[in-house]
Amino acid sequence: MNQPSPTPLANKPSKRIRVDLQLVADLVAPQTRVLDVGCGDGTLLSYLAAFKQVDARGLEISMSRVRAAVSQGLSVIQGNLETDLKDYPDGAFDYAILSQTLQATLNPQAVLGDLLRIAKRAIVSLPNFGHWRIRWSLLVGGRMPMTANLPDQWYNTPNIHLCTILDFVDLCQSMNIRIEQSFALSADGLKQNYSATGWQANLFSEEAVFVLTRQD
Amino acid sequence: MTTTSPTMPRATAPDPDLGTKVVLTAPLVLQSGETLTGVTVAYQTYGTLNAEKSNVIVACHALTGDQFMCGTHPITAKRGWWDDIVGPGKVIDTNRYFVICANVLGGCMGSTGPKEINPATGRAWGLRFPVITIRDMVAAQAKLLDQLGIGKVLCVVGGSMGAMQALEWAHRYPQRVFAVVPIAGSYRHSAQNIAFHEVGRQAIMADPEWSHGNYLEENRVPKRGLAVARMAAHITYLSETALHRKFGRKLQDRSTLTYGFDADFQVESYLRHQGYTFVDRFDANSYLYITRAMDYFDLASENGGALSNAFKGSPVRFCLISFTSDWLFPTAESRAIVHALNAVAANVSFVEIESDKGHDAFLLDEPDFHQTLRGFIDGCADAQKVQRP
Repeated sequence: MNQPSPTPLANKPSKRIRVDLQLVADLVAPQTRVLDVGCGDGTLLSYLAAFKQVDARGLEISMSRVRAAVSQGLSVIQGNLETDLKDYPDGAFDYAILSQTLQATLNPQAVLGDLLRIAKRAIVSLPNFGHWRIRWSLLVGGRMPMTANLPDQWYNTPNIHLCTILDFVDLCQSMNIRIEQSFALSADGLKQNYSATGWQANLFSEEAVFVLTRQD
Repeated sequence: MTTTSPTMPRATAPDPDLGTKVVLTAPLVLQSGETLTGVTVAYQTYGTLNAEKSNVIVACHALTGDQFMCGTHPITAKRGWWDDIVGPGKVIDTNRYFVICANVLGGCMGSTGPKEINPATGRAWGLRFPVITIRDMVAAQAKLLDQLGIGKVLCVVGGSMGAMQALEWAHRYPQRVFAVVPIAGSYRHSAQNIAFHEVGRQAIMADPEWSHGNYLEENRVPKRGLAVARMAAHITYLSETALHRKFGRKLQDRSTLTYGFDADFQVESYLRHQGYTFVDRFDANSYLYITRAMDYFDLASENGGALSNAFKGSPVRFCLISFTSDWLFPTAESRAIVHALNAVAANVSFVEIESDKGHDAFLLDEPDFHQTLRGFIDGCADAQKVQRP
C-alpha cells in the first residue's frame, strides 16, 4: 500500500462521539491505516480521518449505512466480514477495528485470525456474558438473560457466539494472540479501574475492549 | 415493422453543429498494432477550468451516448443523457467542476470513426476502419487532455461502457487520475453480453442496405438492421419489473387484438420507436465497432488472468456503483472488481443502489445514486483542496 493519505470529508465530522467509540479512537495512532469492520454510517471513521489524519476504510453490511458513509466522502464498501476479510492482503492496515460484532459472527476464531492477518493490531470490543446480572438472571429466572446491552430474545438475537471475558482471554491464548491493552467498561462505556482480563472484570464489567497483536 | 413506425423527431437543423473538435497531433498507436494519424476528437465541456486546472472531471459516455451529456441534444432535440447529473448546482456541479466529455474513438458524433472520411483515400472508412478497443478510446481521451494542457484529472466517471473506460483510465494512467467512478459496469464483457452484441451486429449485417459496410458510399442506410439491433439491446437495459410497470400487456391505440403482426402491444410500439429514432442519430458501422470494443475488454486476461494485477499499488481512489435490477452488468461484476481492489488494498468504496429500473438506472432519477455520487466526488475535491473557478 501507498503512504496513508487522510480521508477527506464532505460533511464536518463531529468532535463528540459515543464514549466507547472515543475510547477506541484514542487507541489509534495518528496517520495510520485503519479498517473499521462493521463501520456503520462511518461515525468513528470520520472522526479518525478528521482528527487523527488516518487513512480510514470501512466494511459494512447494511447498504443504507454504506451509502450514508460514502456520501460523506468516506471509503466504505458493502460486504460481509465473514467472507470479505479474506480478500485483503497481509498487513494491509495498522489497525482493524471490530466493535461489538465478534459475538455475532459464525466463526469468531477465523474472523479474529483474519483481523490479525490483515492488520498489525486488532481493536476488538465485546459484551461480557459473564457479568453478574446475566449470571443472576439465568440462575434465578431460569431463562436466557436479556439486558440493556443484549436486548434480544434467544430466538432472534444476532449474538450467536456470546462469551465471557475469561473465555475470550482463553481464546486469545490458544491462538497465540497477545493482549496488548485491555479495558473493562461499565454499561455506559466508562473505563473501570480493575484489570480487564481478571475475575473482577469478568463479573462486574458489561463490556471490554482489547488491543490485540500476534505473539510472534 | 414498417407498418406502424411512429414519426421520428427530426434534427432541428439539417447540419447540426457537432460542437468542439480537436485534431490530435500525435499519431494513435492502436491496441491492434495499427496506427491512426490525424485523429479527430469531438468533445464538449461544461463549467470553467480553475486556475490550478485541478477541477477536471472526465465523463465517459456509454455505447450509444455521446459528448452532448447535458442541455439539448443538437440532433435529437432531447435532453442530454446526464442532464440530471451534470450542471450548475447539480450532482456534478459545473459551478465547481470542469467536465469534459468526448465522443469515443469509433463513434459517430464527430470523432474519428467508420463514418468519417479516411484522409488517405478520401472515402468514408466503413469497414476499412481499424478495430478499436476501450484502451484506444481512453488513449484518445488522454491525448485530447494533453492538447488541452490538462495534466491531472480529479475524477473519471462513467456508466456501462463509460465504466469500462473509467477502469481503463485507472489502469493505464494511475498517476493522472485521482479517482474513478465506474458505474453499472464490469472489468470484462461476459459471454451473455457478447451474445447480445452479436445479435445486434448480425441484425445490422443481415440488412441488405448495409451492403458489406459500404452503405455510405452507396447512399443507403441499413435502418432496419440497426433498429432491430437497438430494440434487442434496449431490452437488456431495462428490467422485467420496469417493462411490466410501464406497459404490462396493454394494447397500443386499440381495444382488441388484431390477429396480425402489427404492434398490438404498447411494448412493441415502444421498442419500434426506440429502434427507429435511434437510426437517425447513430451510424450502423459505429455500432459494430463500439460493441466489438466492449466485447474485447477484459482487464483480467490482459493482466495475467488476475484483475488485481491491473491495480497493484494503485494510488487511485475507486467508487464502484451498481444497481440491484441491472442484469446486463449485475452487482456481482462490480463486487468482483471490489474484491480485486481489496486484494491490493486499494482505496475503494462500493455501493449497490436499490432500483427496479435495470441497467438504465444510471441515467435515471435515482436519489440514492445521486447522493452517493455527489458525496464521493465532493469528498475527492475536498481531499485535493479543489478551488472553485
